[in-house]
Amino acid sequence: MIIRKMLFASVATVCITASFSAMADTAGKKIALSNNYAGNSWRQAMLTSWDKITKDAVAKGVVAAADPFTTAENQATEQAAQIQNLILQGYDAIVVNAASPTALNGAIKEACDAGITVVSFDGIVTEPCAWRIAVDFKAMGESQIEYLTKKLPKGGNLLEIRGLAGVSVDDEIHAGIQAGVQKNPQFKIVGSVNGDWAQDVAQRAVAGILPSLPEIAAVVTQGGDGYGAAQAFAAAKRPTPTIVMGNREDELVWWKQQKDKNSYETMSVSIAPGVSTLAFWVAQQILDGKEVKKDLVVPFLRIDQDNLEANLAKTQKGGVANVEYSLEDAQKVISAAK
Amino acid sequence: MKISSGAVRLVIPAASLAVLLAAVFYMQPRAMSYTGLNLLFNLAVPIALATVAQMLIMAVNDLDLSMGTFVSFCACVTATFLQASPATGILIFLGAIAAYAAIGVIIYVRELPAIVVTLGMSFVWGGLAVLILPSPGGAAPGWARWLMTSKPPFVPMAIVASVVIALATHFLIMRSSFGVLIRGVGGNVRSVERAGWSIVKVRAAAYALAGLFAMLSGIALVGLTTSADANIALRYTLLSIAGVILGGGEFVGGKVSPIGAVIGALTLALAGSFLSFMRISPDWQIGAQGAILIVVLAMRLFLNRLEKREKSR
Repeated sequence: MIIRKMLFASVATVCITASFSAMADTAGKKIALSNNYAGNSWRQAMLTSWDKITKDAVAKGVVAAADPFTTAENQATEQAAQIQNLILQGYDAIVVNAASPTALNGAIKEACDAGITVVSFDGIVTEPCAWRIAVDFKAMGESQIEYLTKKLPKGGNLLEIRGLAGVSVDDEIHAGIQAGVQKNPQFKIVGSVNGDWAQDVAQRAVAGILPSLPEIAAVVTQGGDGYGAAQAFAAAKRPTPTIVMGNREDELVWWKQQKDKNSYETMSVSIAPGVSTLAFWVAQQILDGKEVKKDLVVPFLRIDQDNLEANLAKTQKGGVANVEYSLEDAQKVISAAK
Repeated sequence: MKISSGAVRLVIPAASLAVLLAAVFYMQPRAMSYTGLNLLFNLAVPIALATVAQMLIMAVNDLDLSMGTFVSFCACVTATFLQASPATGILIFLGAIAAYAAIGVIIYVRELPAIVVTLGMSFVWGGLAVLILPSPGGAAPGWARWLMTSKPPFVPMAIVASVVIALATHFLIMRSSFGVLIRGVGGNVRSVERAGWSIVKVRAAAYALAGLFAMLSGIALVGLTTSADANIALRYTLLSIAGVILGGGEFVGGKVSPIGAVIGALTLALAGSFLSFMRISPDWQIGAQGAILIVVLAMRLFLNRLEKREKSR
């Protein structure tokens, strides 16, 4: 009888503590971030956002741990090994920004088989057992052309700066831009270079192709390459076209200077590095037992002529315009997908 | 000396692997299980195959800087042609192996530096890989996936595969007359030539065999990852060279050790996991990996010196 009473008492206490803290369901859970690359301003901002939000969450007891891991060489095989190590380390969920949408599938499957929740974002994975928080990159490409149709109703020649060849993000933005051009035949892509999402590479590539090009009305980009393109046009002493920017601080500063000098107009679009924090909350919600669709969509962050100053003020030097997400934002994204 | 110099060559790599493994087990006892060992070592299997391929090239005093892109190319072929229409896939692989043999011949006949030729070829393989698979995807052939995820009794697949690779290449390179010829070309071309052997044929065969092992590496890799990517194996160029050296091989002189090469590849894979379990920041990880390499190589130089002193006595 005594034992039964003790059992009752302990069950009762458990029930009471559980009802007292609704968040405590995931208090014992450990979440890891597997990141493939940290070598540019976007990724640095992403890691800083992760740190800021998850440290707070750990301090409040929402989760037990949220450790970031970054591979040194940005290689899929290295990240696959890293994910397998994280399985061994006993994490309950792994949040992944993947080096390749497909090359990690084997390791991700191993994680799922071990009962681990895998949430991929930005660089998403195709393995069906993982969750995906994707940006509609195609729409991002199309939105650039849409903006240009309003800005330049007469149309004109376009120069396209693409990202890293063979990476899916590059393909998708490119597809969006092409779809936009097809719908608006007044625009014509007369040249295309790979800027690898880096200002120096973009500047070199644009400088190389410029002499062979006719007059350019606008430059469509993928982010991280607008400032380099502007420098290349200035160096070649050609009129500055409308260059679509990608939310990087150097690009926004340049835009602001031009805007003040000769009321230059453009727009800027990219995805906010803080999407890592959205992935964190989604993983937490899944661990909490919430029903979450496998495919979620995160809106991209767009800056226009009128909110340039406000966004620039919030952006760190050498950083990227950013938004950090809260638990409520994550719940909104989750319910929007249903 | 009672122990052969070949055995001494194996002592350091084997000891470093054992020390690293003990450290990993200490830090992460979960790794000390069937699944744990498999998770630690399964990605080392393709690295071991690429290392053996690199070892064959190094046995004839050359260096292959296109190893990573060639394995990526093979992975792309595996995930597309070999999976969809096996006959075409096999034809492409035969062509690639023939290309490897031709490269070996061209380097010798035109007296070109192997580093330059293979560096050039790395762009060719990389370009072909992007042509075959412009965006990441494809699917692993069922048999490759089955093989790489098979669960043999008692010993995990990764360990079985490593032992099989080590023993098979050991007999091929160290015990067969063909192996003696390859190492002879690396050690002393002239004496092999005077003995009446065709250097061109031996070099072509060594390169073709390297191509074959690199191809197996690509297939094994896709078997693990389930699909391919044109940049999937770029690290393998440096990993394979480091693996050969770590395993007791030398850049010149035909001094190679197949068992050592496989152990070297396993050690490199384990070093990465070790550093990640240590929670070393990624900024330091490449440096720390380099430090492990330097320590092992320093120990080897020290042993070499001991060996020389023994001999001269």
